[in-house]
Amino acid sequence: MNKRDDQVNNEGTATEERSLPHRRVHLHSEHQQQGEQKPADMPISISIQGLNAYYGKFRAVKNITLDIKAKQVTSVIGPSGCGKSTMLRCLNRMHEETQNGRTDGKVLLDDEDIYDKRVDPVAVRRKIGMVFQKPNPFPTMSVFDNVVAGFKLNRFWVNKSELADRVELALKQASLWDEVKDKLNQSGMALSGGQQQRLCIARTLAVEPEVVLMDEPCSALDPVATLKIEDLIRQLTSKYTIVIVTHNMQQAARVSDWTTFLLMGDDRAGELIEYGETKQLFTNPKDERTEAYITGRFG
Amino acid sequence: MPRVDYDRELRSLQDDLLMLGSMVEKAITKAVDALKRRDIETSKQVINEDDAIDDLRFKLEDKCVEIIATQQPIAKDLRVVFSILHMAVELERMGDYAEGIAKISIMIGQEPPLKPLIDIPIMADKAVALLRRSLNAFLNRDVEEAKRICKDDDDVDNIYDQVYRELLLFMIQDPKTIQRATYLLWVAHDLERTADRATNIAERVVYMVTGKMAETNSKYMA
Repeated sequence: MNKRDDQVNNEGTATEERSLPHRRVHLHSEHQQQGEQKPADMPISISIQGLNAYYGKFRAVKNITLDIKAKQVTSVIGPSGCGKSTMLRCLNRMHEETQNGRTDGKVLLDDEDIYDKRVDPVAVRRKIGMVFQKPNPFPTMSVFDNVVAGFKLNRFWVNKSELADRVELALKQASLWDEVKDKLNQSGMALSGGQQQRLCIARTLAVEPEVVLMDEPCSALDPVATLKIEDLIRQLTSKYTIVIVTHNMQQAARVSDWTTFLLMGDDRAGELIEYGETKQLFTNPKDERTEAYITGRFG
Repeated sequence: MPRVDYDRELRSLQDDLLMLGSMVEKAITKAVDALKRRDIETSKQVINEDDAIDDLRFKLEDKCVEIIATQQPIAKDLRVVFSILHMAVELERMGDYAEGIAKISIMIGQEPPLKPLIDIPIMADKAVALLRRSLNAFLNRDVEEAKRICKDDDDVDNIYDQVYRELLLFMIQDPKTIQRATYLLWVAHDLERTADRATNIAERVVYMVTGKMAETNSKYMA
């Protein structure tokens, strides 16, 4: 076939081409497809309203208002020192455990302010669990006991006969069961770094929280272990709301549905600069500062 | 924190695209000029020079793939890289149209002219102008100019319709002219497509700057 035939066959005659309606490019968001919820209609899990966090007199997080969507992954990104982890710790009242740590503003979980005086912080932490940067299984405990510790620490009552089932379920949810089912009595410290982190996730999931907060959960892990945790995060969204702080922007782009960008203001307090669907924020951010940060031009 | 190497690589992509555009512009002008002057040698030159256009397009694609693999561009940078990839394909295809016109010139050879060539050179001038403007809009990230280019393509379409009707009339009146008229119709078609592809580049400029992908007749171009 010569080039001319090719041109005519591929493109049709010009008259035909012009008489055809122009091809439509899909501009609408995926959410607008039939049967899917629009972002605005999605149920809210945590509503942050005018949140400020302080270390003594220093304000580390400034006036953050943000709705965390239920059963979605929300990532929090921003340069070091912008208050990401502090904000995260405010969501389950861990910040107040820090020396001179205090907060004001509201954090509503299912419309109830977790900072209400009548609310028990331990009960909050049972509903809003947390996974930390470095895997921290209890060193003297077995794999099994590490998960059980999740119940005990959170005053979560479990019938003894159910205990083994609950541990198995938590380990399965954390995609760890197949790897540890034959060594439940071995020390948690004998596991690899990635397995230890999944054990910590199992410990958190054991008490059936609504929300799981993750503070750079992969920063101490190798790339393979990191991808396993990322897969796990995606799986967990069928049941849990997840908020993840990460330094790794590609990770935020891969695992989260929503992304929050924080940046330190002139007063060195972290402010919310942009919040949106991850796809939008990473392809077409609205704020120039977000653009500069995610393209690696500062931060 | 500037990203010196990365920014240099992005600039180099842009420079290559503009170079490709200028080669294509020259090829189209030269091909139509050779057709008008019945200059077979120049037509052959246009055909030979298309290889350089193809090579540069592949070089550009390679560079785009490399920058994606090594620098992981995102946001506007990613849109720039993908737009350049897309534009390079458009330009290479325009180069093929120039080559096509040169081949037709050779096929026409020294056959007696059907009619003096007036509209086809006008179409060529307008198509080349749209191409040049679309590359300027790219260089200047000028969304408004890009939208105007899409509208101005109607001029080329109108001349094409006129040439089409006129050539059809020749063919109806005297079937002996069918071959020569068809040759010219192909040339006009190539030029009409060239202008359309210039508007595709303009649409990419809109996407690159705004992040909105849209055809020229969509509400985003209003």
